[in-house]
This record gives sequence, structure tokens and C-alpha cells, in this order.
Amino acid sequence: MDWLNSIWEKIDAAFITENRWMLYLKGVGVTMEVALFAGIIGIILGTIVAFMKLSVKKNGKPTLLSHIANIYIDIIRGTPSVLQLLIMWFVVLASCKNGILVASLTFGINSGAYVAEIVRAGILAVDKGQTEAGRSLGLTQFQTMRYIVIPQAFKNVLPPLGNEFIVLIKETAIVGYVGLSDLTRVANQMTSKIYDAFTPLIGSAVVYFIIIKILTILLAKLERRLRKSDNR
Amino acid sequence: MIIVKDLHKEFEGNNHVLRGVNYHIQPGEKIVVVGPSGSGKSTFLRCLNLLERPTSGEIWFDGQKITDYKTDINKVRQHMGMVFQHFNLFNNLTIMDNITLAPIKLKLMSEEEARENALKLLNRVNLAEKADAYPGSLSGGQKQRIAIVRSLAMNPKVMLFDEPTSALDPEMVGEVLEVMKELADSGMTMVVVTHEMGFAREVGTKVLFMDGGIIVEENTPKEFFANPRSARLQEFLSKVL
Ligand SMILES: Nc1ncnc2c1ncn2[C@@H]1O[C@H](COP(=O)(O)OP(=O)(O)OP(=O)(O)O)[C@@H](O)[C@H]1O
Ligand SMILES: [Mg+2]
Repeated sequence: MDWLNSIWEKIDAAFITENRWMLYLKGVGVTMEVALFAGIIGIILGTIVAFMKLSVKKNGKPTLLSHIANIYIDIIRGTPSVLQLLIMWFVVLASCKNGILVASLTFGINSGAYVAEIVRAGILAVDKGQTEAGRSLGLTQFQTMRYIVIPQAFKNVLPPLGNEFIVLIKETAIVGYVGLSDLTRVANQMTSKIYDAFTPLIGSAVVYFIIIKILTILLAKLERRLRKSDNR
Repeated sequence: MIIVKDLHKEFEGNNHVLRGVNYHIQPGEKIVVVGPSGSGKSTFLRCLNLLERPTSGEIWFDGQKITDYKTDINKVRQHMGMVFQHFNLFNNLTIMDNITLAPIKLKLMSEEEARENALKLLNRVNLAEKADAYPGSLSGGQKQRIAIVRSLAMNPKVMLFDEPTSALDPEMVGEVLEVMKELADSGMTMVVVTHEMGFAREVGTKVLFMDGGIIVEENTPKEFFANPRSARLQEFLSKVL
């Protein structure tokens, strides 16, 4: 029973002594806080960028706005998110000492690029015939978008947006770089404190896994419900 | 009512689909357009309400040059109904909302008027009980009758049909043609692209034969089918009749 005892000791040291589990819990709080703020910023920004990218001139050519949108998406997708975070922290917002704010903003801007592609694809996936029918009745481009295309696109984008949020939760594991004690950093610091890497790291991995598993199940439920309402 | 002058449409990649279409549609006429696949029938029809922008040429509707960039095309389209091969009912809206959306949002009718009008039209096609259903639960024939009603709710001066029965199961073709015939009898000006030669013969005031992006031949239905002049039309008719 010696090995069992030693495992218990490790768990005790990593999570229980001095109420250390509280640190992890706070870490989860930071992780979710950043992910949530970033998610909101990402959805707003991404939606705007999606419409910028979709905008065309009367002669069918892309507008200046759509070029700007493309450049933004290219830059975000073409650079590592760790670097984006460091650049925001040490260069762009160097005077801002609020790590949560900088991290949320960075990941929001980062996520916006992916959300833009999701929203754009969701809108393009709505049958062209829907738009043509709307326009043939005399509805304006805007009215057709608002009453016909966007409500249908909304259903298309919910599942991939959920996925994007899940990705975001994992992506935030690098916010330790700007001094935030998120779940990953709490675990990492614990390893050096108790000279045991295994327990805190595996423990936090399990926590991530559970959060994401729950969200995945909820998302699958939502998707099923959306599909059902399709053939109403 | 509609005058088309030297209409050309070229798609990207040197795809010259309409090569000089000229035509004059009088009020109350029922123009049936036939021709082989790819001859430009749909493109011609879609140019009439500018769903497709012509490359050159003019279209006049009710004395207004609608190909002019200054024309408010949304206003013009309010008076031109269009029925599509694939119905294109709004999937996110009930049948009632499908029909009343445009009249209400374009402020042509109050909500109450629009609903009343919609019910009247739905009764005309025997589908009043479907008012609160969604398009997904309807058969093809029912969808197309609703699509016709949706256009009629705008009180259009002309109705454009692009192969309205081509996507239907054979047993549903009749019910849609029936509605179109009633509409024709009520005096509506119609332009119908179709492969239903029986309909062309029975309802058409003129039949046009399109091939290679031009109107090759036009005639009254009787002459059109009995005495085709061009070799191309003779060949076409020998295939479809
Ligand atoms: N949006 C478009 N972009 C490029 N090419 C097009 C477009 N729409 C139609 N075409 C081309 O124009 C030609 C004529 O098409 P159109 O749909 O007008 O023919 P149609 O006579 O209606 O044929 P069908 O009987 O098959 O419906 C085809 O070669 C088609 O590929
Ligand atoms: Mg066609």
C-alpha cells in the first residue's frame, strides 16, 4: 500500500494542502473570463469583418473595405498567437497594465479573423435563390439580408461558432506570458513549488478536458435541435 | 408594356449568351419562350427584371428605361413578379409571412390588409390551411402555388415564370399549370419559359423560339407548331413533340 500512499501524498500536495485547489479554481476563472470576453469581441469584430469582406461594388469588384478585411485575416492567420499576445503586451498596449484586458483584446482580435470566415461562409451557404426571390419582390439588398438571409445564416454559424469558442478556451493557455494566473500557469507554478510535475499538469489537463467535453455535448445538442427545426 | 432593344449579355470568360434580343410585349399577352438548354432563355427572363444586368441594350417597362442606372430597380421590381424553377420560398418564414413580408416591409399595405389579401389569394389556390406551415413541410406543387401567390400579393403588372414546373414530380405539374391558366384568364401579362408545349399551345398568345442567344422565330401558337419556318425550330420540335 506504499505506492497508494505516495500517490495520495502527491494529490494532497498538489491540490489539497493550504486549499491549493482554490488556486486552480481561480485559474479556471481567469481562463474562462479571458475566453468569454475574447469570444464576445471576436463575434462582434468577426461579424463586421465578414460583411466588409462580402461587400462588392456595383460592378461586382471587391471594395476597399473587403481588401482591408482580407489583410487583417491574413495577418492574424499568418502569425503565432503567442507573438500577437507579446506584441500587444509589450508594444501596442505597453502602457496598459491590465493583463485581462490585453489578453481578451488580443484573443478577441485573433478570434475575429476566424469568426469572420465562419460568418462569411454561413451567409454564402444560404441558397442564392433566397436572395433572388427577395430582390425580385422589390425588397432592397439590406431588407433581403435582414429578413431572409441573416436569420438562415444564423443557424448555419451557431455550431462552428461554438467550436471556435472551444478552441479559444484552449488557446488562452498562453496568457501566463502577460502575467495572468490562468489554469495552465497555476499548474505550471505548482510543479516548481512541490517538485512534482505529473500531478498538477495532468490534473489541470483533466479540468480542461471536462470543461470542453461539457461544452461539446451542449453544442451537439444545439446542433441536433437546429437540424430538427430545419424540416419543420 | 415591355420593350427589349438589342439586348446583349456576356458572362465572364467571353461567354456571349444573349446576342441581340429584340421584342415588344403588349399588355395582356402571354409570351411563351421555348428553346434548347443553354440557349439563354433564363438569362433573357432574368434580364427583364435586372436580376441579371445586361451588357448592352435597352429594356423599357411602362415607358421607363429600366436599364438606365438612375432607375430605382427595387421600385420597378415591385411591379414584376417572378416565379422560379426551385420555388425559392423563404425557408425561415411561415407561408403567411412569405406572402406578406414584401407588401408590409415595402409599406404597400398594413399588416392587416396584407394578411387579408394573402388569405384571399391562398383560398384561390386552395392552400389557406397552410398559412401557418413552413415551406419545408409542403410538396413541390404546393410550394410553387405559394410562390405564385407570393408574387401576386404585390399586385404585379407582369409575371415572369422560369420553368415553373421543371422541378416538380409529374403528378404535381397539373396543379401548377392550372393556377397559371387561371391567372392567364384573369388577364395577367405573362412571360413563361417552359418545356410544356401543351401549355404553350393552349395559353400562349405568342410563342418564341430562342437558340444561340437570339429569338430565332416567333409566331402564334397555332402557326408556331404547325408551320415552323426555320430548320432549327423544325429540328427542336421534332425532338420535344
Ligand atoms: N451567372 C452566370 N455566370 C456565367 N454563366 C452563366 C450564368 N448564368 C448562365 N450562364 C451561361 O449562360 C448560358 C445560357 O444559360 P441560360 O440559363 O440562360 O440557358 P437556358 O436557355 O435557360 O437553359 P435551360 O433550359 O437549361 O434552363 C449557359 O451556357 C450558362 O452556362
Ligand atoms: Mg433556364
